[in-house]
Parts: sequence; structure tokens; C-alpha cells
Amino acid sequence: MLRVEHLGVDYGRIRAVRDVSLHVEKGQIVGLLGPNGAGKTTTLAAIAGALKPSAGSITLDDEPLSGRAPEEIVRRGVALVPEGRHIFSTLTVAENLAIGATTRARGADLDQDVERELERFPVLRRYYRSNAGKLSGGEQQQLAIARALLSKPRLLLLDEPSLGLSPVLVDTIFDTIHELRESGLTVLLVEQNAARTVEVADRCYVLRNGAVVAEAERGELHPDELGAIYLGAREV
Amino acid sequence: MSGFLQFIVDSLTAGSFYALFALGIALIFGIMQLVNFAHGELIMVGAYAVYLLQDLPWPLVLALVLAIVTVTALIMERVAFRPIRGANPATLLITSFALSFLLQNLARMFFTSLPKSVDIAPLLRETLLHGSVTIGWLNVITVATTVVLLGLLALFMSHTRVGVQMRAAAEDFEMARLCGVRSNRVIATAFAISGVLAGVGAILLVGQTGGVSVGIGLTPVLFGFTAAAVGGLGSLPGAVAGGFLLGLATTFLQQVLPFEFASYRDAFLFVGVFALMALRPGGLFRVAALTPRV
Repeated sequence: MLRVEHLGVDYGRIRAVRDVSLHVEKGQIVGLLGPNGAGKTTTLAAIAGALKPSAGSITLDDEPLSGRAPEEIVRRGVALVPEGRHIFSTLTVAENLAIGATTRARGADLDQDVERELERFPVLRRYYRSNAGKLSGGEQQQLAIARALLSKPRLLLLDEPSLGLSPVLVDTIFDTIHELRESGLTVLLVEQNAARTVEVADRCYVLRNGAVVAEAERGELHPDELGAIYLGAREV
Repeated sequence: MSGFLQFIVDSLTAGSFYALFALGIALIFGIMQLVNFAHGELIMVGAYAVYLLQDLPWPLVLALVLAIVTVTALIMERVAFRPIRGANPATLLITSFALSFLLQNLARMFFTSLPKSVDIAPLLRETLLHGSVTIGWLNVITVATTVVLLGLLALFMSHTRVGVQMRAAAEDFEMARLCGVRSNRVIATAFAISGVLAGVGAILLVGQTGGVSVGIGLTPVLFGFTAAAVGGLGSLPGAVAGGFLLGLATTFLQQVLPFEFASYRDAFLFVGVFALMALRPGGLFRVAALTPRV
């Protein structure tokens, strides 16, 4: 489904990603792990179109994504839940969800999907007409996920969805990821919480200094080994 | 009492002008982070359009002037600003100055530097209420037009898909695009609305001054920018509040300054603006800057 080949991304003269190759098959959850500054967020941003790759290629079902504008990439079925949520705090929860559904026509199908997200995240129904800026961090994360899902993506990019959340909320977020897997959605997940990621993902890639240094199928990677991989003391 | 009523009428009229100009500037800044100093030349284009079309029936003048200024604003976006979208603020600012000078000089070529007199509707010169309080038709039309436009804009921004997308883009442009909001569409819509506001401002300004000159847009853009900055650049309610606050301040200074200082009104006004900006650099309605980490 998603194929990233020898991706390179530069911030000016600094090469943030120098050689990332990965693939995600339909219905899979794939984890991207690595220390801070490894290039995980940059890789997701390049796939979503927020950054232009300087090298390599990105394809979704053999259709090239590299170089396309973010708004076109969403229309091809890729939605990003960014690190830090980036909900529109001056808009209401309802308006945030409407922005998530920008690419879709109004109608019964969309209303049904909004209803499904409100059932999945009941707190959003409670604050439906309130400004999203009033929501707590965990509630904002739920809104960010619901907003992305309303574009009806084929591939969901989740960037640090559990960052800064309480353990209870982390459970809620990972339960949601489990549910998404059950519904057949394909997910590329960037997470600092390696233990939970290894548990939920079908395959994991470990990034270090902008390159993939390890790849492991489910069960092949133990979270305890990650410290050594991050430091370069061990390869998989 | 009558002095106070007159003060309110004059403040509302001046505030309406400033709010119209400030909104046009704030709309573009909110989405593109561009202070479009060429907004003044949109007002100039509108004013010259009024001059050229003044013999037509006024509803036709209104429609044609708004159409001309809106199309000019859209061309401005497409030709001058779209190619440099995403460039640093200095590049955007210099481009807006260059465009402003270009349009002024084109106007000078076609119309010369001499001011032209315009008389669109004799009604605008007439007084509605005479006595201890003087209210001209122009006061009523200016305030009513501004209130109607603000209402329509508020409805547009909160009840239409493009309006909500514009508000989202003004808050976090990159995230809005990542949600599928088409950048070209929201920016073009912002320029079109800013063109309509400039067109309406031009008609009211020509009605007030009775003349057109190349520099007609300079003072409005300066006051519009100041009002937008006072309100909090990028905030639409802030631009309106800033406009009316500036209207209140100019009218107040006009009334309280001794005769020998009256010609320095704007100097006193800007001292007040500097003081306010020093105390609240983000303006009255500070806009939270959200920079996505990507």
C-alpha cells in the first residue's frame, strides 16, 4: 500500500532524514520508533506532504505522493494526526470535525461518520458546540484523531498520540488504535511509548540519525532491546 | 448631552471607516502573514472607478466598482503574491510595497497627479438631522453599510464551509492544508473579500472627500494597519474593535486638543498607539501563533 524508498528530507542545509525505506501493507499497523531527532516526525510530515523530500520516493498504491500538496495527499486517502494535536482552538469541536471532512461532500454518509466519531469519543459530543481550545490535552487528542478519521482515510499517520497524556488516557488512545485495526484501517504510528507500540504493531522500524537501522515483525522485537538499538550498540 | 451625542456619531463614522480598512488588512494577514500595503491601491482603484463611472446610475456604479476592485484584488493575489507564497515576511512586505508603487504610478500615467472631483450622489452631501446634533446622510450610510458588512462577514465566516476553512487557515495554515483545505481557494476568497471591503471603503471615502487622487489610499491603509495592529494583527474581531477604538480616539483628540495643537492630532494619536503597543505588543485580541513542528 504505502511504499517509501530511500527517503531524504532536508531542513535547509541540515539533512533530517537521509535514508528511510519502509512499506506498510493494507490493514497493517506499522510502528516507527527511535530516539528524539531520529527523523520519525519528519518522515510522517514528508508522507503527508507538509515537507518536500529531497531524495527518494513515496507511493500509495503505486501512485506517487512525493511533491504533491498536502491538500491533494489528503484527497488520495492519507490523513495525519500531528504531534501536539494542532486542533483549531478558536473553532468549535463541531467546526474542527467539519474541517476534517473538508474533502467530502455533505450528506447522510458524512452525518453517519460524524455520529460514529461522537460515539467513539463521547467527550466530543459533550463539548460539540464549545471552543476546542477549552478541551484538555487528552480530549484534544481524541478530537485530532476524530478529525483525521472524518476524511475517511485509507492510511492514518499518527504522530506521538500518547505524548503528554495520563496513563488512563494513553490506554484510551491505544484502545482506539486497536479498534481502528479491527475496522481494517492502515496505520503508521510514531511513538515514544515503545512498549505499547511493539505490542500493537504488526511490524516496527527503528530510526536513528535519519535512517532505518532496524526492522522487526511482531514478536521479534522486545522493548528492552530498544535502548541498545537507539544507541547503536545493537542491530536487529 | 448634544456634545456627547455628536461625539458618538463622529466616532462611529470614523470608526466604521477604520474598521472597514482594518478588516481588509487583517483578513489577508491572518491567512498569509502578509501586511498588504497595496490594499491602499485597491482603494485607489475603486476611487478612480467611481470617478470614471460617476455618470451612471448609482446602483450600477456600486456593482461595477465592487466588481472592478474585487477582480483587481484577485489579479494581485494571482500575479504578485501567489508566486512568492511561503517566502519570508520581508519578501512579502517588499512585494506589497513594490505593487503599491507600481499601481500608484500607473494611476499617475493615466490620470495625472492632479486630484479629480467626483459627485456620485448629491444625497451624500445632505444633512439628515440639523440642530444641536448634526447627522449627515453619509454618517448614516457609512455606519449602516459597515454594520451590514460586518454582519454578513460574521455570517459568512461562521456559517459557510469556506468561511470556517478561512478561520481554520488563519489559525494554523499548514494544519488546515493537512486537513484538505485548498490553500488557493481560501487565499483567493480572502483577497476577494478584502477587495469588496476596499471597494466599499473607496465609495464611502469618495463620497466624503468629493475627490480622487493617486494618494487617496495611503492614509486609509495606514490607519487600517494601525487599527488591525491595535486589535491584534490577524484577529478579525480585533480589527473591528481596533477600528472603532481608533475612531473614538481620533474624535476625542479632535474635540479636546486646543486649536493650535489640532493639526498635530495624528501625532498625539500615534503616541497613544505606541504606548498601547508597548504595554500589549500582541494587540487587544492577541492571536495565538501555532507553529507546527513538522
